Amino acid sequence: MSIDNNNCSDEANDRKHKKDVGRRQFLDWCFKAVPAGITLFTFGLSSKRSSGEDTKTSNNGKAPNSEVSYAMAVDIKKCIGCGRCAAACKKENKVPDSPYYVRTWVERYVIPKKGEPMIDSPNAGIDGFPDQPENGDVLKTFFVPKLCNHCDNPPCVQVCPVGATFKSPDGVVLVDDSYCVGCRYCIQACPYGARYIHPEKRVADKCTFCYHRISKGLAPACVEVCPTQARVFGDLKKLSSPIHRILQFNAIKTLKPELNTRPKVFYANADQEVR
Amino acid sequence: MKTGKVPQQVVVLGVIFVIIIVGFVAMRWFFVPATFGKYGHYRAAALDEVRQQEVVFAGAKACADCHDDIYKNKSRGFHRNVSCEVCHGPAAAHAEDPSSHRPEAPRQRGLCPLCHNYSPSRPTGFPQIITVQHNPGKACMSCHNPHNPVTPQPPKECSACHRSIANQKMVSHHASLECTTCHEAGKDHINNPRFSRVSKPTTNEFCGKCHASGDAVKTVKGMKVMQAVPQIDIEAHAGRYLCWDCHYPHYPEAKP
Repeated sequence: MSIDNNNCSDEANDRKHKKDVGRRQFLDWCFKAVPAGITLFTFGLSSKRSSGEDTKTSNNGKAPNSEVSYAMAVDIKKCIGCGRCAAACKKENKVPDSPYYVRTWVERYVIPKKGEPMIDSPNAGIDGFPDQPENGDVLKTFFVPKLCNHCDNPPCVQVCPVGATFKSPDGVVLVDDSYCVGCRYCIQACPYGARYIHPEKRVADKCTFCYHRISKGLAPACVEVCPTQARVFGDLKKLSSPIHRILQFNAIKTLKPELNTRPKVFYANADQEVR
Repeated sequence: MKTGKVPQQVVVLGVIFVIIIVGFVAMRWFFVPATFGKYGHYRAAALDEVRQQEVVFAGAKACADCHDDIYKNKSRGFHRNVSCEVCHGPAAAHAEDPSSHRPEAPRQRGLCPLCHNYSPSRPTGFPQIITVQHNPGKACMSCHNPHNPVTPQPPKECSACHRSIANQKMVSHHASLECTTCHEAGKDHINNPRFSRVSKPTTNEFCGKCHASGDAVKTVKGMKVMQAVPQIDIEAHAGRYLCWDCHYPHYPEAKP
């Protein structure tokens, strides 16, 4: 710094005599003026635009509420594996009727006494599960419904190059259909396999917690049709929400906690093999 | 260098700078959507677009508004927590315009087994049947009212619900024991299993009634013979453990 100062004072002395703009002085101005100009210009524009936009975006009269944090809890002990959740999700969200495209699905875990657990989910569990030979080698077996975990720290959002997938202020991870370029980075990034490319729209698609339903006060379709109340939906920030009861009175785990994604889908009474 | 005149190369450089800056700002203006960045690094208007998706499932409350008689009947039965649209399919269109959209009313045998067919993966106690054996070909509705299902004859045997336990006990040394030897089931357990639970043994002495009742070896006609029921000294054998910490009572000979 001191060297710079010396140089500047030299330049100033020179200028007194020559009354000319030196190269250093000019560059100095440029460095000061250009960023200042850009900042002023963009600030001016953005403030002008946002004030104009306010009237435009308040079309529904409902701004997303950051006082809400939506979450789901799944009680493994109650799940009967009927697959009605997966079927209802397909109908509600018009998910293509093919086993490869699912927003939520039911997995059957069969844990043998020795060896690796077997996990299957034929057609997301919608048509039921084929019979499992009941021999003495099975230690335990149960169903696990899976869906987007709506992570608080979502890897899919971090990798999206265009800002088409995002975490809404109420904690739901959504996809902007008209902005997604279909690059599939998010599909690779999701550790839960919860995303797919919609074959007609050619954009990434995923569970939205039925955002259109929950913002109207309805339960998500899978929760609505679950016959045994294995799925519970609620607001983490509201103590009277039913989700607090299940979180309080059960052993709770989340999937792949070691990845620090901080999922907001909680599993009650889940085996350690569930991941 | 003459005074008061901006050199040409500076003018050229300045023009290029101005073009770049104006171009950048103009491109931002045209390409960045209006609401981008309002809440975060995304288009805020997308929230509204997602919200505008059509609702397909009306919800059980909407059904109860008109069909209050069925709702009342259903709210007393085992299916009280089963939403209408689980069986009848999405009905938001029907709730909007009841006359032109009729929800499905499945009467065949296919739907009920999705929940009630026997599967070892289902939670114990959930009512299940083996569909191929259970009145083959008959529609479920001919015996059970789906809005208030009651079993015409509640099953007498425990294995109707607790099949995997029964299967194991069947091949174990405890095969000849009745379930009621160790468990006391209230009269209501068969109709309301989750609210009327069965009792379970709580002390080692309970097992000791059979397994600590005499000497391990008895003498028959001068020969030493092991007792048919293994005998142990509870104090010495178990210590501070409970019997079922090591032995699974439904299959006691299993090696831990």
